[in-house]
Amino acid sequence: MSSEDNLILSFESSCDETSVAVVKNGRTVLSNVVATQIKSHQRFGGVVPEVASRHHIEQITACIDDALTEADVDYDDLNAVAVTYGPGLVGALLVGVTAAKTVAFAHQLPLVPVNHMAGHIYAAQFEKTIEFPALALLVSGGHTELVLMPEPGKFEIIGETRDDAAGEAYDKIGRVMGLSYPAGKEVDRLAHIGQDTFHFPRAMDKTDDFDFSFSGLKSAFINTVHHADQIGETLSKEDLAASFQQAVVDVLADKTVKALNAYPVKQLILAGGVAANQGLRDRLDEELKQFPEVAFVKAPLQYCGDNAAMVGAEAYVGFEQQTFADSNLNADPSLEFDWIKGETA
Amino acid sequence: MDFKIEVTDAAQTYDLGMKLATYLEPKDLILLDGDLGAGKTTFTKGLAKGLGIDRNIKSPTFTIIREYQDGRIPLYHMDAYRLEDGGADELGLDEYFNGDGLNVVEWSQFIDEDLPKNYLRIVFTRQDDKGDDFRQLEFKPQGERFTEIAKQVVTQNG
Repeated sequence: MSSEDNLILSFESSCDETSVAVVKNGRTVLSNVVATQIKSHQRFGGVVPEVASRHHIEQITACIDDALTEADVDYDDLNAVAVTYGPGLVGALLVGVTAAKTVAFAHQLPLVPVNHMAGHIYAAQFEKTIEFPALALLVSGGHTELVLMPEPGKFEIIGETRDDAAGEAYDKIGRVMGLSYPAGKEVDRLAHIGQDTFHFPRAMDKTDDFDFSFSGLKSAFINTVHHADQIGETLSKEDLAASFQQAVVDVLADKTVKALNAYPVKQLILAGGVAANQGLRDRLDEELKQFPEVAFVKAPLQYCGDNAAMVGAEAYVGFEQQTFADSNLNADPSLEFDWIKGETA
Repeated sequence: MDFKIEVTDAAQTYDLGMKLATYLEPKDLILLDGDLGAGKTTFTKGLAKGLGIDRNIKSPTFTIIREYQDGRIPLYHMDAYRLEDGGADELGLDEYFNGDGLNVVEWSQFIDEDLPKNYLRIVFTRQDDKGDDFRQLEFKPQGERFTEIAKQVVTQNG
């Protein structure tokens, strides 16, 4: 390893996953250890509430050891520590924040605070170096946002969901269909077998802003299933999934195209858990043909979900700009990007 | 004592939320129970409007708690949907319930054992035989204060 190289030990614990990674120069993943609640539930033969709540604490030291071992580095090789401090669940965030502060203090390393959503966007950096200005479509279980990035380290929301996040809508209609949580992947799979036969409404599709809404679609879906139940009719799960997915993808793609027309950028970045959705990836590939000057950068599939490697990628920007936190860093469960100036939330 | 109201569309659900907001104070707890798409979030949007909160109320499902500090009193909008399999004990719910704002909890059945004694439970039920947008809102208050509030809101509506 060259002495010029920058190594960041990064932490992510905003939700269900506990993750620690070592990332080189914000581009290369040396290790990315992810422990999920699901594994721990399996280990204990089912869900134990106390185990779930202490999960992050139990996992994090083992994750640090594994991340360092796998990367074949020691604390002395590190240049900085980075951590997601929001948004997320306060108890979960605090575990990562406390661990990162402890390592930074014990080993005299600078601490870089990272916004979880910025981390998701920077996962794209493992695919291709981000060029500015860039536009990011960020779709996950908790967020659906169009984010303009005029320069490194600057994020401005130009549109977001007014109610449910896209990933949340997937999980909720999955529940109505009797699928297990999280349902996104299974709905995506079923959607590729079925056809859009139900023609659910495309909410907000014709409005002037860049906002999304998925609660009307969720209601239309539930109404359709209820009506069928009442008359004892069984609907094709594949067609329901395909119709739902088509409505989601149409709205996401249309608003993204509109944003690309309004803001000339060099890259469109697709990031967040729902960025793994094949229907969405295919559709945006198609739409981007009308923007030959815009490169389409998709976060690699293995870094679409929550992970610490993406945190390390974003932290490299903070490291270079020297935006460091001290030991007063606290978790901020409601952390959000600012809205672009001149627009309203 | 229970109180029932029927609404014929989402706007009426929203208006009921606005009306209820005028009676509420810090530490009050409103539980909103009912199926997906029954109107719980719409009702909360009305409540927020009634408190003078202009920000958009987004679903709290993923983050479990969303805080709104810009109204007459703070609004803590919680959603226990993701706590079906446990995990409520790490959230410090007591601090919210004894705190400085109005607490609204969706899917409260998943945190039943963590709830205080007094609250106003509102159960949303679809009325499919009448129409897609028809709902029954059943007010089930616990304690004198919430019984009085429920009576006021329901009578005013009639």
